[in-house]
Amino acid sequence: MIDKKNYQAFADAHAPKSKIWKNLLFAFLIGGAICTVGQGVLSFWKSAGLDTEAAGSATSASMVFLGALFTGLGLYDRLAKYGGAGTLVPITGFANAIVSAALEFKSEGYVLGMSAKMFTIAGPVLVFGISFSVVYGLILRLFGG
Amino acid sequence: MGKRIGNQTLAMTTPVPVAGFAAVAGKKEGQGPLTFDYVAPDATFGEKTWEKAESKMQRDALDRAMAKAGVSEKELELLCAGDLINQCIASAFGTRGREVSFLGLYGACSTMAEGLGLAACMIDGGFASCTAAVTSSHFCSAERQYRFPLEYGGQRTPTAQWTVTGAGAAVLKANFPHAPCITHVTFGQIVDFGIRDANNMGAAMAPAAHQTLTALFADTGTEPADYDLILTGDLAAVGKNILIDLFASDGVTLAGRYDDCGCMIFDGAAQDTHAGGSGCGCGASVLCCHVLNGMRQGQWKRVIFAGTGALMSPVSSQQGESIPSVCHAVVLEYTG
Repeated sequence: MIDKKNYQAFADAHAPKSKIWKNLLFAFLIGGAICTVGQGVLSFWKSAGLDTEAAGSATSASMVFLGALFTGLGLYDRLAKYGGAGTLVPITGFANAIVSAALEFKSEGYVLGMSAKMFTIAGPVLVFGISFSVVYGLILRLFGG
Repeated sequence: MGKRIGNQTLAMTTPVPVAGFAAVAGKKEGQGPLTFDYVAPDATFGEKTWEKAESKMQRDALDRAMAKAGVSEKELELLCAGDLINQCIASAFGTRGREVSFLGLYGACSTMAEGLGLAACMIDGGFASCTAAVTSSHFCSAERQYRFPLEYGGQRTPTAQWTVTGAGAAVLKANFPHAPCITHVTFGQIVDFGIRDANNMGAAMAPAAHQTLTALFADTGTEPADYDLILTGDLAAVGKNILIDLFASDGVTLAGRYDDCGCMIFDGAAQDTHAGGSGCGCGASVLCCHVLNGMRQGQWKRVIFAGTGALMSPVSSQQGESIPSVCHAVVLEYTG
Protein backbone atom coordinates (compact mmCIF):
# COMPACT_ATOMS: atom_id res chain seq x y z
CA MET A 1 0.00 0.00 0.00
CA ILE A 2 1.37 3.37 -1.00
CA ASP A 3 0.50 6.09 1.48
CA LYS A 4 1.64 9.60 2.28
CA LYS A 5 4.65 8.41 4.26
CA ASN A 6 6.32 6.34 1.59
CA TYR A 7 5.05 8.29 -1.41
CA GLN A 8 8.04 10.60 -1.85
CA ALA A 9 10.39 7.63 -2.25
CA PHE A 10 7.86 5.91 -4.53
CA ALA A 11 7.60 9.04 -6.71
CA ASP A 12 11.38 9.53 -6.76
CA ALA A 13 11.78 6.00 -8.07
CA HIS A 14 9.56 6.95 -11.02
CA ALA A 15 11.37 10.18 -11.86
CA PRO A 16 13.99 10.05 -14.61
CA LYS A 17 17.33 11.41 -13.44
CA SER A 18 19.16 14.36 -14.94
CA LYS A 19 22.06 13.37 -17.18
CA ILE A 20 24.57 14.89 -14.85
CA TRP A 21 27.83 13.92 -16.60
CA LYS A 22 26.58 15.14 -19.96
CA ASN A 23 25.35 18.36 -18.32
CA LEU A 24 28.73 18.88 -16.62
CA LEU A 25 30.63 18.32 -19.86
CA PHE A 26 28.42 20.75 -21.80
CA ALA A 27 28.62 23.33 -19.00
CA PHE A 28 32.44 23.05 -19.12
CA LEU A 29 32.64 23.30 -22.90
CA ILE A 30 30.07 26.07 -23.44
CA GLY A 31 31.07 28.03 -20.31
CA GLY A 32 34.71 27.63 -21.36
CA ALA A 33 33.91 28.82 -24.88
CA ILE A 34 32.20 31.96 -23.52
CA CYS A 35 35.25 32.67 -21.33
CA THR A 36 37.56 32.12 -24.31
CA VAL A 37 35.57 34.69 -26.25
CA GLY A 38 35.95 36.99 -23.23
CA GLN A 39 39.70 36.44 -23.29
CA GLY A 40 39.75 37.29 -26.98
CA VAL A 41 37.80 40.49 -26.31
CA LEU A 42 40.22 41.41 -23.53
CA SER A 43 43.17 40.95 -25.86
CA PHE A 44 41.42 43.07 -28.45
CA TRP A 45 40.89 45.97 -26.03
CA LYS A 46 44.49 45.72 -24.82
CA SER A 47 45.80 45.76 -28.36
CA ALA A 48 43.58 48.78 -28.97
CA GLY A 49 45.67 50.59 -26.40
CA LEU A 50 43.69 50.29 -23.16
CA ASP A 51 45.59 49.59 -19.94
CA THR A 52 44.84 46.35 -18.03
CA GLU A 53 42.18 47.83 -15.75
CA ALA A 54 40.36 49.72 -18.49
CA ALA A 55 40.54 46.70 -20.81
CA GLY A 56 38.94 44.55 -18.06
CA SER A 57 36.06 46.97 -17.67
CA ALA A 58 35.63 47.25 -21.42
CA THR A 59 35.59 43.45 -21.67
CA SER A 60 32.85 43.18 -19.02
CA ALA A 61 30.80 45.78 -20.87
CA SER A 62 31.38 44.01 -24.19
CA MET A 63 30.35 40.61 -22.79
CA VAL A 64 27.22 42.08 -21.20
CA PHE A 65 26.40 43.60 -24.57
CA LEU A 66 26.88 40.26 -26.32
CA GLY A 67 24.76 38.44 -23.70
CA ALA A 68 22.00 41.01 -24.15
CA LEU A 69 22.24 40.84 -27.93
CA PHE A 70 22.02 37.05 -28.04
CA THR A 71 19.09 37.15 -25.62
CA GLY A 72 17.29 39.64 -27.85
CA LEU A 73 17.95 37.46 -30.87
CA GLY A 74 16.36 34.54 -29.02
CA LEU A 75 19.58 32.50 -29.10
CA TYR A 76 20.87 32.66 -25.53
CA ASP A 77 18.14 30.47 -24.05
CA ARG A 78 18.77 27.87 -26.74
CA LEU A 79 22.45 27.82 -25.87
CA ALA A 80 21.60 27.70 -22.15
CA LYS A 81 19.46 24.59 -22.67
CA TYR A 82 22.73 22.75 -23.25
CA GLY A 83 25.13 25.03 -21.39
CA GLY A 84 23.32 25.14 -18.03
CA ALA A 85 25.66 26.61 -15.44
CA GLY A 86 28.14 27.27 -18.25
CA THR A 87 25.87 29.99 -19.58
CA LEU A 88 24.51 31.05 -16.18
CA VAL A 89 27.75 31.81 -14.36
CA PRO A 90 29.63 34.11 -16.81
CA ILE A 91 28.60 37.78 -16.91
CA THR A 92 26.62 37.02 -20.10
CA GLY A 93 24.19 35.03 -17.91
CA PHE A 94 23.64 38.11 -15.77
CA ALA A 95 22.83 40.10 -18.90
CA ASN A 96 20.43 37.37 -20.00
CA ALA A 97 18.61 37.40 -16.66
CA ILE A 98 17.99 41.15 -16.95
CA VAL A 99 17.23 41.41 -20.65
CA SER A 100 14.92 38.38 -20.76
CA ALA A 101 12.83 39.85 -17.93
CA ALA A 102 12.80 43.27 -19.61
CA LEU A 103 11.56 41.75 -22.87
CA GLU A 104 8.98 39.58 -21.14
CA PHE A 105 7.33 42.26 -19.04
CA LYS A 106 7.40 45.06 -21.62
CA SER A 107 3.73 44.27 -22.25
CA GLU A 108 2.90 45.70 -18.80
CA GLY A 109 4.42 49.07 -19.67
CA TYR A 110 7.89 50.62 -19.56
CA VAL A 111 7.76 51.73 -15.92
CA LEU A 112 5.90 49.10 -13.88
CA GLY A 113 6.51 46.33 -16.40
CA MET A 114 9.88 46.44 -18.09
CA SER A 115 11.84 48.58 -15.64
CA ALA A 116 10.39 47.25 -12.40
CA LYS A 117 10.52 43.60 -13.36
CA MET A 118 13.91 43.80 -15.08
CA PHE A 119 15.49 42.77 -11.78
CA THR A 120 13.15 39.98 -10.71
CA ILE A 121 15.81 37.35 -11.44
CA ALA A 122 19.02 39.37 -11.32
CA GLY A 123 17.97 41.46 -8.30
CA PRO A 124 19.40 39.09 -5.68
CA VAL A 125 22.77 39.16 -7.47
CA LEU A 126 22.84 42.93 -7.08
CA VAL A 127 21.62 42.90 -3.48
CA PHE A 128 24.20 40.37 -2.32
CA GLY A 129 26.93 41.66 -4.63
CA ILE A 130 26.62 45.24 -3.36
CA SER A 131 26.11 44.20 0.29
CA PHE A 132 29.19 42.00 0.34
CA SER A 133 31.31 44.56 -1.50
CA VAL A 134 30.49 47.01 1.33
CA VAL A 135 31.49 44.39 3.92
CA TYR A 136 34.73 43.59 2.09
CA GLY A 137 35.43 47.30 1.71
CA LEU A 138 35.06 47.81 5.47
CA ILE A 139 37.33 44.85 6.22
CA LEU A 140 39.91 46.15 3.80
CA ARG A 141 39.74 49.64 5.32
CA LEU A 142 40.08 48.36 8.88
CA PHE A 143 42.70 45.66 8.44
CA GLY A 144 44.14 46.23 5.00
CA GLY A 145 47.19 48.16 3.98
CA MET B 1 -30.58 13.27 -3.77
CA GLY B 2 -31.35 10.35 -6.07
CA LYS B 3 -28.71 11.41 -8.52
CA ARG B 4 -25.85 11.03 -6.08
CA ILE B 5 -24.43 7.52 -5.92
CA GLY B 6 -21.79 6.32 -3.52
CA ASN B 7 -19.49 8.85 -1.92
CA GLN B 8 -18.61 11.20 -4.70
CA THR B 9 -20.31 10.35 -7.97
CA LEU B 10 -23.25 12.05 -9.63
CA ALA B 11 -25.25 9.95 -12.08
CA MET B 12 -27.13 11.82 -14.78
CA THR B 13 -30.79 10.79 -14.90
CA THR B 14 -30.68 11.43 -18.63
CA PRO B 15 -27.23 11.29 -20.20
CA VAL B 16 -26.23 14.77 -21.34
CA PRO B 17 -25.22 15.00 -25.03
CA VAL B 18 -22.03 16.73 -26.12
CA ALA B 19 -23.57 18.36 -29.17
CA GLY B 20 -20.49 20.10 -30.48
CA PHE B 21 -16.83 20.23 -29.65
CA ALA B 22 -13.73 21.86 -31.04
CA ALA B 23 -10.08 22.36 -30.23
CA VAL B 24 -7.56 24.92 -31.39
CA ALA B 25 -3.85 24.69 -30.77
CA GLY B 26 -0.53 26.39 -31.24
CA LYS B 27 2.13 25.62 -33.81
CA LYS B 28 4.15 23.22 -31.66
CA GLU B 29 1.06 21.20 -30.73
CA GLY B 30 0.08 21.14 -34.41
CA GLN B 31 3.44 19.53 -35.17
CA GLY B 32 2.66 16.74 -32.71
CA PRO B 33 0.89 13.47 -33.44
CA LEU B 34 -2.70 14.77 -33.01
CA THR B 35 -4.89 16.89 -35.25
CA PHE B 36 -6.99 19.90 -34.19
CA ASP B 37 -9.77 21.98 -35.72
CA TYR B 38 -7.37 24.87 -36.11
CA VAL B 39 -3.64 25.22 -35.68
CA ALA B 40 -2.25 28.75 -35.42
CA PRO B 41 0.79 29.58 -37.55
CA ASP B 42 2.52 31.05 -34.49
CA ALA B 43 2.02 31.46 -30.73
CA THR B 44 0.62 35.00 -30.95
CA PHE B 45 -2.66 34.11 -32.70
CA GLY B 46 -2.28 37.55 -34.29
CA GLU B 47 -2.43 39.35 -30.93
CA LYS B 48 -0.03 41.68 -29.14
CA THR B 49 0.16 39.90 -25.78
CA TRP B 50 0.16 36.25 -24.76
CA GLU B 51 -2.90 36.87 -22.59
CA LYS B 52 -4.83 38.25 -25.55
CA ALA B 53 -3.69 35.32 -27.64
CA GLU B 54 -5.07 32.91 -25.05
CA SER B 55 -8.42 34.73 -24.85
CA LYS B 56 -8.70 34.65 -28.62
CA MET B 57 -7.90 30.95 -28.68
CA GLN B 58 -10.62 30.26 -26.11
CA ARG B 59 -13.16 32.37 -27.95
CA ASP B 60 -12.33 30.71 -31.23
CA ALA B 61 -12.66 27.20 -29.77
CA LEU B 62 -16.12 28.00 -28.38
CA ASP B 63 -17.25 29.63 -31.64
CA ARG B 64 -16.23 26.51 -33.53
CA ALA B 65 -17.91 24.17 -31.04
CA MET B 66 -21.15 26.21 -31.21
CA ALA B 67 -21.06 26.19 -35.01
CA LYS B 68 -20.57 22.41 -35.06
CA ALA B 69 -23.47 21.96 -32.63
CA GLY B 70 -25.62 24.33 -34.66
CA VAL B 71 -26.15 26.42 -31.54
CA SER B 72 -26.31 30.21 -31.60
CA GLU B 73 -24.97 32.41 -28.82
CA LYS B 74 -28.56 33.24 -27.81
CA GLU B 75 -29.34 29.58 -27.21
CA LEU B 76 -26.32 29.15 -24.95
CA GLU B 77 -27.54 29.63 -21.38
CA LEU B 78 -24.42 29.07 -19.31
CA LEU B 79 -20.71 29.00 -19.94
CA CYS B 80 -18.22 27.35 -17.58
CA ALA B 81 -14.77 28.65 -18.48
CA GLY B 82 -11.33 28.49 -16.96
CA ASP B 83 -7.63 28.98 -17.60
CA LEU B 84 -4.33 29.23 -15.73
CA ILE B 85 -3.68 32.96 -15.79
CA ASN B 86 -4.05 34.87 -12.50
CA GLN B 87 -7.69 35.81 -11.84
CA CYS B 88 -8.72 33.70 -14.87
CA ILE B 89 -8.46 36.65 -17.24
CA ALA B 90 -8.17 34.56 -20.40
CA SER B 91 -11.68 33.24 -19.72
CA ALA B 92 -13.23 36.53 -18.64
CA PHE B 93 -11.68 38.51 -21.49
CA GLY B 94 -12.36 35.73 -23.98
CA THR B 95 -16.04 35.76 -23.01
CA ARG B 96 -16.34 39.55 -22.85
CA GLY B 97 -18.97 40.67 -25.33
CA ARG B 98 -20.94 37.44 -25.26
CA GLU B 99 -24.41 37.62 -23.78
CA VAL B 100 -24.25 34.44 -21.78
CA SER B 101 -24.22 33.61 -18.05
CA PHE B 102 -20.61 33.05 -17.10
CA LEU B 103 -19.00 30.89 -14.43
CA GLY B 104 -15.26 31.43 -14.21
CA LEU B 105 -13.57 28.35 -12.79
CA TYR B 106 -10.15 27.57 -11.43
CA GLY B 107 -9.17 23.95 -11.01
CA ALA B 108 -5.73 24.36 -12.59
CA CYS B 109 -5.41 21.71 -15.29
CA SER B 110 -8.51 19.84 -14.07
CA THR B 111 -10.76 22.72 -15.11
CA MET B 112 -12.11 21.15 -18.31
CA ALA B 113 -13.47 18.16 -16.41
CA GLU B 114 -14.78 20.46 -13.67
CA GLY B 115 -16.52 22.68 -16.23
CA LEU B 116 -17.92 19.77 -18.21
CA GLY B 117 -19.24 18.21 -15.00
CA LEU B 118 -20.91 21.42 -13.86
CA ALA B 119 -22.32 22.13 -17.31
CA ALA B 120 -23.77 18.62 -17.46
CA CYS B 121 -25.28 18.91 -13.95
CA MET B 122 -26.97 22.17 -14.92
CA ILE B 123 -28.70 20.45 -17.82
CA ASP B 124 -29.59 17.26 -15.97
CA GLY B 125 -30.85 19.34 -13.06
CA GLY B 126 -33.17 21.17 -15.42
CA PHE B 127 -31.54 24.55 -14.89
CA ALA B 128 -30.52 24.93 -18.50
CA SER B 129 -30.97 23.19 -21.80
CA CYS B 130 -27.78 24.34 -23.47
CA THR B 131 -24.47 24.92 -21.69
CA ALA B 132 -20.81 24.88 -22.59
CA ALA B 133 -17.41 24.31 -21.06
CA VAL B 134 -14.22 25.82 -22.39
CA THR B 135 -10.67 25.99 -21.07
CA SER B 136 -7.34 27.11 -22.38
CA SER B 137 -3.68 27.34 -21.55
CA HIS B 138 -0.82 29.05 -23.33
CA PHE B 139 2.83 28.12 -22.96
CA CYS B 140 4.00 31.73 -22.99
CA SER B 141 1.42 33.13 -20.55
CA ALA B 142 2.03 30.21 -18.17
CA GLU B 143 5.83 30.46 -18.31
CA ARG B 144 5.89 34.13 -17.36
CA GLN B 145 3.47 33.54 -14.49
CA TYR B 146 4.74 30.29 -13.02
CA ARG B 147 8.37 30.14 -14.11
CA PHE B 148 10.79 32.38 -15.98
CA PRO B 149 10.75 34.86 -18.87
CA LEU B 150 10.73 33.07 -22.22
CA GLU B 151 14.22 34.16 -23.23
CA TYR B 152 15.77 33.35 -19.86
CA GLY B 153 18.45 30.72 -20.22
CA GLY B 154 17.72 27.84 -17.92
CA GLN B 155 17.58 24.07 -17.98
CA ARG B 156 14.39 22.11 -17.39
CA THR B 157 14.46 18.99 -15.28
CA PRO B 158 13.51 15.63 -16.85
CA THR B 159 10.26 15.57 -14.83
CA ALA B 160 9.21 19.05 -16.00
CA GLN B 161 6.21 19.37 -18.29
CA TRP B 162 5.52 21.63 -21.24
CA THR B 163 2.40 23.81 -20.97
CA VAL B 164 0.20 23.18 -23.98
CA THR B 165 -0.86 26.15 -26.09
CA GLY B 166 -4.40 25.16 -26.86
CA ALA B 167 -8.06 25.45 -26.02
CA GLY B 168 -10.93 23.04 -26.12
CA ALA B 169 -14.65 23.73 -25.99
CA ALA B 170 -17.66 21.45 -25.65
CA VAL B 171 -21.29 22.50 -26.09
CA LEU B 172 -23.83 20.41 -24.20
CA LYS B 173 -27.43 20.36 -25.34
CA ALA B 174 -30.35 18.39 -23.97
CA ASN B 175 -31.96 15.85 -26.32
CA PHE B 176 -29.31 16.28 -29.02
CA PRO B 177 -29.28 13.05 -31.06
CA HIS B 178 -26.30 10.89 -32.06
CA ALA B 179 -23.76 12.48 -29.75
CA PRO B 180 -21.37 11.23 -27.08
CA CYS B 181 -23.16 11.70 -23.74
CA ILE B 182 -22.01 12.46 -20.21
CA THR B 183 -23.40 9.78 -17.91
CA HIS B 184 -21.50 10.29 -14.66
CA VAL B 185 -19.46 12.99 -12.99
CA THR B 186 -17.12 12.49 -10.03
CA PHE B 187 -15.92 15.72 -8.49
CA GLY B 188 -12.61 15.10 -6.78
CA GLN B 189 -11.23 15.89 -3.35
CA ILE B 190 -8.03 17.76 -2.62
CA VAL B 191 -5.25 15.24 -2.23
CA ASP B 192 -1.75 16.16 -1.11
CA PHE B 193 0.89 13.47 -0.73
CA GLY B 194 3.63 15.91 0.13
CA ILE B 195 5.37 16.50 -3.22
CA ARG B 196 6.99 19.96 -3.18
CA ASP B 197 8.72 20.03 -6.53
CA ALA B 198 6.71 22.26 -8.89
CA ASN B 199 8.75 20.72 -11.71
CA ASN B 200 7.23 17.33 -10.95
CA MET B 201 3.49 17.99 -11.13
CA GLY B 202 2.76 14.53 -12.49
CA ALA B 203 3.93 12.98 -9.23
CA ALA B 204 1.94 15.55 -7.22
CA MET B 205 -1.30 14.90 -9.15
CA ALA B 206 -1.19 11.11 -9.55
CA PRO B 207 -2.57 10.38 -6.03
CA ALA B 208 -5.53 12.71 -6.74
CA ALA B 209 -6.27 10.83 -9.96
CA HIS B 210 -6.00 7.57 -8.06
CA GLN B 211 -8.42 8.76 -5.37
CA THR B 212 -11.04 10.06 -7.81
CA LEU B 213 -10.89 7.09 -10.17
CA THR B 214 -11.05 4.66 -7.25
CA ALA B 215 -14.13 6.50 -5.97
CA LEU B 216 -15.68 6.46 -9.44
CA PHE B 217 -15.16 2.71 -9.82
CA ALA B 218 -16.53 2.02 -6.33
CA ASP B 219 -19.52 4.39 -6.64
CA THR B 220 -20.60 3.03 -10.01
CA GLY B 221 -19.72 -0.60 -9.32
CA THR B 222 -17.45 -0.69 -12.35
CA GLU B 223 -13.82 -1.60 -12.98
CA PRO B 224 -11.29 -0.41 -15.56
CA ALA B 225 -12.23 -3.24 -17.92
CA ASP B 226 -15.73 -1.71 -18.25
CA TYR B 227 -14.24 1.28 -20.08
CA ASP B 228 -12.67 1.43 -23.52
CA LEU B 229 -10.46 4.36 -22.61
CA ILE B 230 -9.44 5.88 -19.32
CA LEU B 231 -7.83 9.22 -19.91
CA THR B 232 -6.10 11.49 -17.42
CA GLY B 233 -5.58 15.16 -18.22
CA ASP B 234 -1.90 15.89 -17.83
CA LEU B 235 -0.05 13.49 -15.57
CA ALA B 236 2.51 13.11 -18.38
CA ALA B 237 5.06 10.30 -18.46
CA VAL B 238 6.09 10.40 -14.79
CA GLY B 239 2.59 10.73 -13.32
CA LYS B 240 1.15 8.20 -15.75
CA ASN B 241 3.56 5.50 -14.63
CA ILE B 242 2.96 6.40 -10.99
CA LEU B 243 -0.82 6.08 -11.46
CA ILE B 244 -0.44 2.70 -13.16
CA ASP B 245 1.70 1.52 -10.23
CA LEU B 246 -0.64 3.03 -7.61
CA PHE B 247 -3.49 0.98 -9.10
CA ALA B 248 -1.20 -2.05 -9.40
CA SER B 249 -0.52 -1.84 -5.66
CA ASP B 250 -4.31 -2.10 -5.18
CA GLY B 251 -4.35 -5.14 -7.44
CA VAL B 252 -6.10 -3.20 -10.22
CA THR B 253 -4.71 -3.14 -13.74
CA LEU B 254 -5.23 -0.25 -16.12
CA ALA B 255 -3.25 -1.95 -18.86
CA GLY B 256 -4.20 -1.39 -22.46
CA ARG B 257 -7.01 1.05 -21.79
CA TYR B 258 -5.27 3.86 -20.00
CA ASP B 259 -3.54 6.88 -21.50
CA ASP B 260 -2.74 10.45 -20.58
CA CYS B 261 -3.40 13.56 -22.71
CA GLY B 262 0.01 14.96 -21.73
CA CYS B 263 1.68 11.89 -23.23
CA MET B 264 -0.49 11.92 -26.36
CA ILE B 265 -0.26 15.53 -27.45
CA PHE B 266 3.49 15.72 -28.07
CA ASP B 267 6.10 13.42 -29.49
CA GLY B 268 8.23 13.71 -26.36
CA ALA B 269 11.54 12.62 -27.89
CA ALA B 270 11.28 14.66 -31.09
CA GLN B 271 9.67 17.75 -29.57
CA ASP B 272 11.80 17.91 -26.42
CA THR B 273 8.86 18.30 -24.06
CA HIS B 274 10.49 16.28 -21.25
CA ALA B 275 7.75 14.45 -19.27
CA GLY B 276 5.00 15.69 -21.63
CA GLY B 277 2.25 18.26 -21.95
CA SER B 278 0.35 20.05 -19.20
CA GLY B 279 -2.16 22.85 -18.73
CA CYS B 280 -5.93 23.12 -18.93
CA GLY B 281 -5.58 23.37 -22.68
CA CYS B 282 -3.89 19.97 -22.73
CA GLY B 283 -6.79 17.78 -21.60
CA ALA B 284 -9.34 20.08 -23.24
CA SER B 285 -7.76 20.10 -26.69
CA VAL B 286 -7.10 16.35 -26.71
CA LEU B 287 -10.64 15.59 -25.50
CA CYS B 288 -12.40 18.01 -27.82
CA CYS B 289 -10.80 16.72 -30.97
CA HIS B 290 -9.05 13.40 -30.82
CA VAL B 291 -11.16 11.67 -28.18
CA LEU B 292 -14.68 12.91 -28.95
CA ASN B 293 -14.07 12.46 -32.68
CA GLY B 294 -12.79 8.95 -31.98
CA MET B 295 -15.94 8.18 -29.98
CA ARG B 296 -18.12 9.39 -32.82
CA GLN B 297 -16.21 7.18 -35.22
CA GLY B 298 -16.80 4.20 -32.98
CA GLN B 299 -13.20 3.85 -31.76
CA TRP B 300 -14.26 4.00 -28.11
CA LYS B 301 -17.74 3.56 -26.62
CA ARG B 302 -17.21 4.34 -22.98
CA VAL B 303 -14.54 6.78 -21.86
CA ILE B 304 -13.46 8.31 -18.56
CA PHE B 305 -11.97 11.78 -18.90
CA ALA B 306 -10.21 12.61 -15.66
CA GLY B 307 -8.79 16.13 -15.57
CA THR B 308 -5.93 16.54 -13.11
CA GLY B 309 -4.94 19.81 -11.49
CA ALA B 310 -1.93 20.84 -9.38
CA LEU B 311 -3.27 23.62 -7.18
CA MET B 312 -0.07 25.38 -6.22
CA SER B 313 0.98 28.93 -7.04
CA PRO B 314 4.45 30.47 -7.28
CA VAL B 315 3.79 32.01 -3.84
CA SER B 316 2.96 28.68 -2.17
CA SER B 317 5.96 27.01 -3.83
CA GLN B 318 8.32 29.75 -2.62
CA GLN B 319 6.87 29.43 0.86
CA GLY B 320 7.84 25.77 0.83
CA GLU B 321 4.32 24.33 0.68
CA SER B 322 3.62 20.95 -0.86
CA ILE B 323 1.31 20.72 -3.86
CA PRO B 324 -2.40 20.01 -3.22
CA SER B 325 -3.98 18.37 -6.24
CA VAL B 326 -7.43 17.56 -7.50
CA CYS B 327 -8.90 15.32 -10.16
CA HIS B 328 -12.41 15.52 -11.58
CA ALA B 329 -13.74 12.70 -13.72
CA VAL B 330 -16.45 12.65 -16.36
CA VAL B 331 -17.79 9.46 -17.92
CA LEU B 332 -18.72 9.71 -21.58
CA GLU B 333 -20.69 7.16 -23.59
CA TYR B 334 -21.49 6.95 -27.26
CA THR B 335 -24.11 4.53 -28.39
CA GLY B 336 -24.51 5.83 -31.94
